[in-house]
Amino acid sequence: MQLQWDWSIAMEVLPHLIRGLWVTLLATAGGMTLALALGLMVTMARRARFRLVSWPVGAAIEFVRCTPLLIQLFFVYYLIPDFGWNTPLVTGILVLGIHYSAYTSEVYRAGIDNVPRGQWEAARALNLNRQQTWTRVIIPQAVPPIVPAMGNYLVAMFKDTPLLYAITVQEMLTRATNFSSRVFSTVEAYTLAGVLFLILSLLAAGLIHRAERQLVVRET
Amino acid sequence: MPQPLDLMPTLLQGLWVTVQVYLGAAVFVLVCGVVVGSMRSSRHRWLRWPAKGYILGFRGVPALVLLFWFYYVMPAIGLRLPALAAGILALGLNFGAYAAELVRGAIAAVPSGQTEAAIALNMTPMQRMIRVIGPQATLRALPPMGSLNIELMKNTALVFFIGLHDLTFQGRILQNDTQRTVQIFTLALAMYFVLALCIMAASRGLERVMGRGMQGGAR
Repeated sequence: MQLQWDWSIAMEVLPHLIRGLWVTLLATAGGMTLALALGLMVTMARRARFRLVSWPVGAAIEFVRCTPLLIQLFFVYYLIPDFGWNTPLVTGILVLGIHYSAYTSEVYRAGIDNVPRGQWEAARALNLNRQQTWTRVIIPQAVPPIVPAMGNYLVAMFKDTPLLYAITVQEMLTRATNFSSRVFSTVEAYTLAGVLFLILSLLAAGLIHRAERQLVVRET
Repeated sequence: MPQPLDLMPTLLQGLWVTVQVYLGAAVFVLVCGVVVGSMRSSRHRWLRWPAKGYILGFRGVPALVLLFWFYYVMPAIGLRLPALAAGILALGLNFGAYAAELVRGAIAAVPSGQTEAAIALNMTPMQRMIRVIGPQATLRALPPMGSLNIELMKNTALVFFIGLHDLTFQGRILQNDTQRTVQIFTLALAMYFVLALCIMAASRGLERVMGRGMQGGAR
């Protein structure tokens, strides 16, 4: 048993992986932006007093949360016709965004629920209208505490992007696979891909930890 | 058989493989979580640090990359694993790290007065863990463990990539053959959803049974 590690292959694969990493990061950034926007909409829809809105949205999002991302990717990829603009990457971002909106909406909900009742009452006492209550009182207090939780989902999404390999997006794992089948050696490409993922997610986790600590400082 | 139902036998075969992978990995995750999570909470550095290293390492790498590594790279260093074993191992190690962190959190959340009381009662560290801290931490760990199990079940779909004939794989094959995308994937999604509901129900049931006699249930 010995490791067949070839440095020349490793050096050769690295530029491919870095190029794939850009796609990975692009998919994560796009997916998270969509998830943050959609998640907020879902939270608002679920809060609606009108049951015909809140109930179906709640059920749909529960279904999305409880089923595998991979099947959702396949479903959308093979279902939507080719409009020209929907490259595999766009489809991937769309599905990632929808899938993760199920999680971000829960985080928003928790953030809003954690704003003390007194704040709502005070806003009403000050005669603020609905929009002012939300934008000036509730959101500014609800959002900062949920930043670390959102960060965790950002990292989780980053680690889910290799699934886009299934719909031929040229992200890091796809490039690693293509490269290793060309040189008949899997060790270097997959190991380096793993290391790159590890470094980036540890870095991100460190940043989240710092944000968390800063929040504690702000509150005390 | 009428239209969507003729797909059922093939999909159910896949479902069975999915269930096998899930159950195998779930046992692995539970053991990993309890052992590493307890190590992580230990006072001894030589227990705590390896646990920390494991959690950081296996949580930071995507499950799919880990799976590829176990299935495609391991043979290059002389270890050939069957697909089922590679799938269970990769998912188990990855989610085991999440479980360990969760167990650590549950142990840390037991009030320190409990430890102090156990020390005052002259219990050994082992007795303390088994009789006082463990049972209380278990109750706290159950709800997040339920969610983690749903995540694990969803991620069993990844074994599709190493050619295991799970539900996702069967769905893709059928879709390739028949092009009935909507029917096939709707059925597959529904099956995964039912699995998730079963896990949720099992988790709630366990919480109720284990929380019996506790004030306010599992809290």
